[in-house]
Amino acid sequence: MADNNTLLQVKDLVIRYETDDGVVEALNGVSIEIHTGKTLGLVGETGAGKTTLAKGVLRLIPSPPGKIVSGEVLYDGKDLLKLSEEEMRKIRGKHISMIFQDPMTSLNPVMTVRDQIMEVILQHNNISKKEAEKRADDMLELVGIPAERGHEYPHQFSGGMKQRVIIAIALACQPKLLIADEPTTALDVTIQAQVLDLIQKLKTRDNTSMLLITHDLGVVAQTCDYVGIVYAGEIVEYGTLREVYKDMRHPYTKGLMASIPNLVENVRRLQTIEGLMPDPTNLPKGCKFSERCKYATDKCREKVPDMVNVGGEHMVRCILANEEK
Amino acid sequence: MKKDNTKELSSGVKQRSLWQDAWRRFKKNKLAMVGLVFLAVLVVIAIGTIVVDIVTNNYIYENYVIKQNLRGRLEPPSAAHPLGLDEFGRDMLLRMLWAVRSSLFMGVIAILISGVLGGLLGAVAGYYGNKTDNIIMRAMDILLAIPSMLLAIAIVAAFGTSLVNVLLAIGISYIPTFARTVRASIMTVKDQEYVEAARAVGANDATIIFKYIIPNAMAPIIVQTTLGVAGAILSIAGLSFIGMGVQPPTPEWGSMLSSARTYIRDSWHITVIPGLGIMLTILALNVVGDGLRDALDPRLKN
Repeated sequence: MADNNTLLQVKDLVIRYETDDGVVEALNGVSIEIHTGKTLGLVGETGAGKTTLAKGVLRLIPSPPGKIVSGEVLYDGKDLLKLSEEEMRKIRGKHISMIFQDPMTSLNPVMTVRDQIMEVILQHNNISKKEAEKRADDMLELVGIPAERGHEYPHQFSGGMKQRVIIAIALACQPKLLIADEPTTALDVTIQAQVLDLIQKLKTRDNTSMLLITHDLGVVAQTCDYVGIVYAGEIVEYGTLREVYKDMRHPYTKGLMASIPNLVENVRRLQTIEGLMPDPTNLPKGCKFSERCKYATDKCREKVPDMVNVGGEHMVRCILANEEK
Repeated sequence: MKKDNTKELSSGVKQRSLWQDAWRRFKKNKLAMVGLVFLAVLVVIAIGTIVVDIVTNNYIYENYVIKQNLRGRLEPPSAAHPLGLDEFGRDMLLRMLWAVRSSLFMGVIAILISGVLGGLLGAVAGYYGNKTDNIIMRAMDILLAIPSMLLAIAIVAAFGTSLVNVLLAIGISYIPTFARTVRASIMTVKDQEYVEAARAVGANDATIIFKYIIPNAMAPIIVQTTLGVAGAILSIAGLSFIGMGVQPPTPEWGSMLSSARTYIRDSWHITVIPGLGIMLTILALNVVGDGLRDALDPRLKN
């Protein structure tokens, strides 16, 4: 699968949380691939394991209870899981950066925003304070905040501005890969669009790749090149944006799409997928979605279906994938 | 950190750091300000008496503060002696003033001892968690199970009554309180998203601890320190009252109270005055502590 363009390749990553109440199987063999300059969108319900995957790539899983059981995270050919903590620290922020979900809590309340941007720059570059300060100011201007406001504290900024600052921090060292964990979930809709535009703009400028985690299918349609649908710690459907959106095969993907309210039709209740996500400490043996799937047969409940290629780069984890809809 | 804070900005927003904000809120609290002024006066008195001692080469101290004058014993307040004379004919006002330093400075030093030791233990326990946390905190629980006054008495009784022993005794008995406070606030801050975010951009442990965790965990610790000083002063006075703290003839509010209590029926002034001194100081420290707690609580921002 891997070629010269592949920046990050995750192979069969398995992550578990070993708690007192049992083993939480958060990720069960996830494989993804991100090409240079491209964006992969990961979509799934709360608790599907999207954030675990993002943190797993950066090795930020709190341990204990978290544990990376097996798999590989190849970045530029190197397996990140085999690096020492010291080497990993050089990757974080410089090569791979992360934007967190809630801008309200992701900034240090007792440091000025300029200091916080400088912090990353000084951490990864051997330059003087003066230069770092200048670069931090440039970063601020770049994300649309006047540099004079650099010595203000986070509580003096609005949510959207804070998210801009966080983007500035994440991109200050021009990382090759940006992991955005629901970057717009905590913002209101008008700001969402601005922030997405900004990320898009900077991403194009530096030719940065991105792993975008969201549960907003609209955001994915707007920004991503590839889409992965995550369900109970597995990728159930994967392909280019067009393949997945135009020709969805997995019943779960169909359910997700159907739950988007339609602008034209007047409906009383929104469409839902019946049931709840399976308990991650006690996952079903076969297809994880079988309990909620209206097409499920006994065969589905026997063993986990393999990823099947259904044309192009489109892969689906469903035994019915190749049959007619 | 705040080089050009005074500069007015194009946005028109005045620059304020978290601490400046807190000070602004603190100033609005009248009672706390009164307490703070009272404490400031005490500090001035304490330093002032030390300066006087140095300048006069202990002349006033030896001839008025500790020299006995039995002819005037138990004299009630008068124009010459606004607070009267004590059971040995010494001027109460001067003794009160000279006593400030032992109470205040000993209180502060004792709390510094427990603050540093307890803070360190609490920080280690809170940051590393698990086994380290368990071992340290169970040791603290054992210490906490012994009433602090009893522990201080035991330490002083075992090692003798010297200034250092009194300070150590009180310092040690306050360690668990500090360890608990620091541990709790470190644990809250440690799991904040901004700490994780710092880790995600490659910050190392030292940066995270000193720039992210400690500054954010300071507020409750400061409040605890203020309240702790009040407790320590009370403990010193208590130890002196039972004769295990500051030894006579050195003036100290607790020991003055103790030696005066025999005369309470005839000469109220020599008991009431040191008692008032202790009470007002503790009250001021508590009021300031409460004011700080309110001022440092970001939820009360207005």
